[in-house]
Amino acid sequence: MSINTKAPKVVLKIDNLESYYGPIQAIRGVSLKVNEGQIVTVLGANGAGKTTLLKTISGVMDPEKGTIKMDGIDIHSLEPDAIVHHGIVHVPEGREIFPLMTVAENIAMGAYTRKDHSSITDDEEMVYSYFPILKDRRNQRAGTLSGGQQQMLAIGRGLMSLPKLMLLDEPSLGLSPMLTQEIFEIIVRLNKEQKVTMMLVEQNAKVALDAADYGYVMELGRIVMNDTAEVLATSKDIQEFYLGVSQDENQRGQRRWKQRKTWR
Amino acid sequence: MDFLQLVISGLANGCVYGLIALGFVLIYKATEAVNFAQGDFMMLGAFICIGFTNHEYMSLNFWLAVPLSIFLMGILGYLFNWGVLRHMFGQSQTSVVILTIALGFIIRFLAGAIWSHEPTSLETPFAGQDIRTGGLVLGIDEILIVVVTAVLTLIFFLFFSRTRIGLAMQAASQNQLAAYYMGIPVKRIQSLVWGLSGMVAAVAGILFASKGAIDPSTGLLGIKAFAAAAIGGFGSLPGALLGGLIIGLSEPLASRYGPPGVSQIAPYAILLLILIFRPGGIFSQTQQKKV
Repeated sequence: MSINTKAPKVVLKIDNLESYYGPIQAIRGVSLKVNEGQIVTVLGANGAGKTTLLKTISGVMDPEKGTIKMDGIDIHSLEPDAIVHHGIVHVPEGREIFPLMTVAENIAMGAYTRKDHSSITDDEEMVYSYFPILKDRRNQRAGTLSGGQQQMLAIGRGLMSLPKLMLLDEPSLGLSPMLTQEIFEIIVRLNKEQKVTMMLVEQNAKVALDAADYGYVMELGRIVMNDTAEVLATSKDIQEFYLGVSQDENQRGQRRWKQRKTWR
Repeated sequence: MDFLQLVISGLANGCVYGLIALGFVLIYKATEAVNFAQGDFMMLGAFICIGFTNHEYMSLNFWLAVPLSIFLMGILGYLFNWGVLRHMFGQSQTSVVILTIALGFIIRFLAGAIWSHEPTSLETPFAGQDIRTGGLVLGIDEILIVVVTAVLTLIFFLFFSRTRIGLAMQAASQNQLAAYYMGIPVKRIQSLVWGLSGMVAAVAGILFASKGAIDPSTGLLGIKAFAAAAIGGFGSLPGALLGGLIIGLSEPLASRYGPPGVSQIAPYAILLLILIFRPGGIFSQTQQKKV
């Protein structure tokens, strides 16, 4: 190690987080960290607790135990609007847009917490430069947009708060493979060009690992595996269970009738 | 001439219904609960103004009493949401609705205890004055009601489409969760909406009481305004005003040209017809709300 190597700055640090949906424990002691400038992905099947994790970070749900530190400040008990002021924006799953407002109004709502009104117009242009289709549709009601355009709108609206950290929940949900590819290319560009650190929750492990620097695998509310995206992508378990690459057949020419994961 | 006279008095009544309906819709859109005490808010606003300006009470200047009572009703609306409803956040809609019904009873009782159950009129500088043109008698009070409602509608339109807080209210009513994610303080916005509908109710009450006598049970007028809101398409602000006007017009016209008693039924008959033929109301917003 050379002396010049700076330790990467940790933006988000979560320790032993536990969250409940009523009596059901959805997050069972999750610890993770997100470094500045990275795209970190959280993989997992339905019901693994990925969305709950994001909702707990953005303050829509309150954790039962544990801490969430943003730039070293504990934010786990704050209201969602206060958390946006700390530089976290949540782009929710299923394109939660304002359906009866125009595209432009939706984008303007993303800047709700900002006080520097003069530079908001520039940033609107920045958003439109990434999503030109939104500029064409800017006077149209957002509810009339297609699924992919609504997803773009949700991301663009999230950008308007100039977040340090963007929480992206299933951006590929319900989109065609082509559109998914397009959205992920834009996510990577935003990360590189606008320096937005991303925490990306996905079921589509292939696209997520391609885009991400680091990954966590979540099952039944726990982190079961974490490593750099390259290592995860080549791991046998991830290939088998998340990437759908079938393993070698055994000497009898049959696949094992039941696979076991190494972490169980 | 006779017909025109009826239309004008119907319009004036309709504006009051429309304003109460506006209060219903504001709260429904922002919090997805129906405030059944809206009619009683209207009555309370009127009595607060009576308390400020009438001679047997504080006899303040009318033009001072009006903004004072509107402001006070705004505070009361805000406080009720902040102090009571906010603690019921996440409870079922039914309990909120029952709570507002109970609130209505409490307001009716309190108003009766403070200002008596006798019908009382608001003492206004323009009481009894009218303009006569070509056989038409226009009461200043009736003209004022229409003008004030029109101005208020314009203010509301500008408020919701131009101001930051108005847009935030719209956003919170269309998608509460997304509003949270954008950093909009949804709970405070809801309290502000309650304050706003308290103020609208006060305006409606003052207009109503300047036109005729009011007593604590007048708040039951809220049911008619509820019908107006439903006719307009619950959730649409212009719809609420239009529904109010339709109901207001139907009453005098039905009592003049229809068989006796029909004017009592007319608002509900219209409501029934609208619900059968256009279930979402006139300005139905087909976009489904997601929570």
